[in-house]
Amino acid sequence: MQHNRPKITKDLFVHEPMKKRSAEEIEGPPSSFWKEARVRLFKNKGAVLGLIIIIIISIMAIVGPMMNNFHYDDQDLLRSNLPPLVPGMEWLGLNGENSHGTNIYEENSITDNNAWIGTDEFGRDLWTRLWSGTQISLFIALTAAFLDLVIGVLYGGISAFYGGKIDDIMQRIVEVLIGIPNLILIILFILILEPGVTSIILAMVITGWVNMSRIVRGQVLQLKGQEFILASKALGASNSQLIWKHLIPNVMGPIIVTLMFTIPTAIFFEAFLSFIGLGIQPPLASLGTLIENGYQEMRYFSYKLIFPAIVISAIMISFNVLGDGLRDALDPKMRK
Amino acid sequence: MGRYVVQRMGYMVITLLIIVTITFFLMQLLPGTPFSNPEKLSERQLELMSAKYGLDKPLAIQYMTYIGNLIQGDLGLSFQSEGRTVISMIGDRIGPSALIGGQAVVIGVLCGFILGVISALKHNTIFDYGSVFVAVIGMSIPSFVFAALMQYYIGVQWGLLPVALWKDYSYSIMPSLALSAMVIATVARFIRSEMLEVLGQEFVTTARAKGITEFVVIIRHVLRNALIPVVTVLGPLTVSIMTGTLVIEKIFAVPGLGEQFTLSILVNDYSVILGITLFYSALFIFIVFIVDILYGILDPRISMGGGKKDAA
Repeated sequence: MQHNRPKITKDLFVHEPMKKRSAEEIEGPPSSFWKEARVRLFKNKGAVLGLIIIIIISIMAIVGPMMNNFHYDDQDLLRSNLPPLVPGMEWLGLNGENSHGTNIYEENSITDNNAWIGTDEFGRDLWTRLWSGTQISLFIALTAAFLDLVIGVLYGGISAFYGGKIDDIMQRIVEVLIGIPNLILIILFILILEPGVTSIILAMVITGWVNMSRIVRGQVLQLKGQEFILASKALGASNSQLIWKHLIPNVMGPIIVTLMFTIPTAIFFEAFLSFIGLGIQPPLASLGTLIENGYQEMRYFSYKLIFPAIVISAIMISFNVLGDGLRDALDPKMRK
Repeated sequence: MGRYVVQRMGYMVITLLIIVTITFFLMQLLPGTPFSNPEKLSERQLELMSAKYGLDKPLAIQYMTYIGNLIQGDLGLSFQSEGRTVISMIGDRIGPSALIGGQAVVIGVLCGFILGVISALKHNTIFDYGSVFVAVIGMSIPSFVFAALMQYYIGVQWGLLPVALWKDYSYSIMPSLALSAMVIATVARFIRSEMLEVLGQEFVTTARAKGITEFVVIIRHVLRNALIPVVTVLGPLTVSIMTGTLVIEKIFAVPGLGEQFTLSILVNDYSVILGITLFYSALFIFIVFIVDILYGILDPRISMGGGKKDAA
């Protein structure tokens, strides 16, 4: 086996200049959970669009009523049932013509202060009422969602954190509460409390927190069994440290997602109650009362129904899409 | 299993009893009297009326009598409709509600199923986005807005279907459609996510690797497993249909239970409100119970010992 083997000498090998610890180098800057979630959320076009619509509608709810000279309860029978008129936007149907095609503005020789989206039977400006109604609906929904959040997190957190007998008793109560169809309870409470903003909020919160508490409890129970909690405990962390440093930040994702779905539900319930006559009482307006009003007269004054219907649908769709986006962003495992 | 069923039935009874108690005492706090035009009645007449309906007795006695009658299936007399029992009023009204509710479920489950399956099979294509969009719209737009718009366009403008009232079968179509929007959306979303989850599981890969046609894989392995959890949406669906009927029946003037309920609220007919509340609650509790049992039977992975609760 005397082959003509090429001779391998040491000088054939050259040392590659070694960078220290290059193996451990991470590509790109380290990103935190929240940063990643934000990136994921902004990649979702639907969610971003939803967020933008929510922001626009919220701004309009504040600014809208101030954009013209009317007040939401200014009555003027000379201006009753005026159709929508926006100069320059006649092609959109905002042409001041009623369902028979006569221009009411010319007929009654109203030249100043045209109503952008019309007036109701008392001559109240619907643009102003629409946005102050949105304001009230959003206020009710946000307050109810916030109260649900506080009560739900406390209840669920305490129940899961302490466990044992406390958990048993608290969960039996929850089990009875979820057995009750909440809408019926809400209606009964409104009947007793007499309709108004506060009673609507209270009635919604009475059963609304249960869902949040169940989510929080489930999450905390799951976390409690994990090693990092045990490690933290072994290192002598106090209960409050455990709760604030480990539990709350880790439960935050599901809480935000649940909150996002609570808000549209609350808007729906408010509109629903107002629609069956148990909600906000006139002259105050909410999206529900406006829709109810518009519904009564939709045959001849369809504009009274269509604009509030568009706003409430836009709000509901946006919150639902944003909620979906947030769920995908905050919980990559659940991404479907 | 047997023990679980008994335990759950115990809960059902307790929950119902608590609901009866809450509603009974809430009723006492309601403003106004249960009689129409009380100012026209003399004191003696009012006394006689109260005695007739048992309202002159102490609250505790009234409560006990109510519970006693309830066990015998007697919900008392209506305060506003002379001589009618609450049970017969519910009985008269249940038909139309059941019809539109049932049709809404059938339409909703069918359409939702088709949408959901298309969505999952054509994941991340234009079909998927389309059906997700439909589902989001269905979830978001309140049923009464949907119903009002349908009534305006389909009924008034185009004249395709009767606007309202309850005469022949065609009158039930629009209310059912309006109610089904929510059902379609819920079912479609649920089927989509369940199917996507099953599609990613290893037994599906195994089945494909064995050379089974895609069609058989979908029917035998994916759909069968994806459909089981869909049973669980029946509970929430019942609630949304019940909520829906309250307004939908008002909008379309359907003589159903929901319309009776809103009507009774307006005229302070306490016994009827109480009766319908109980009926709705009992129906809801019963359906949730059935769903839980069914789920346990269909999916052997679920333990019946109550361990399921903590898995959420």
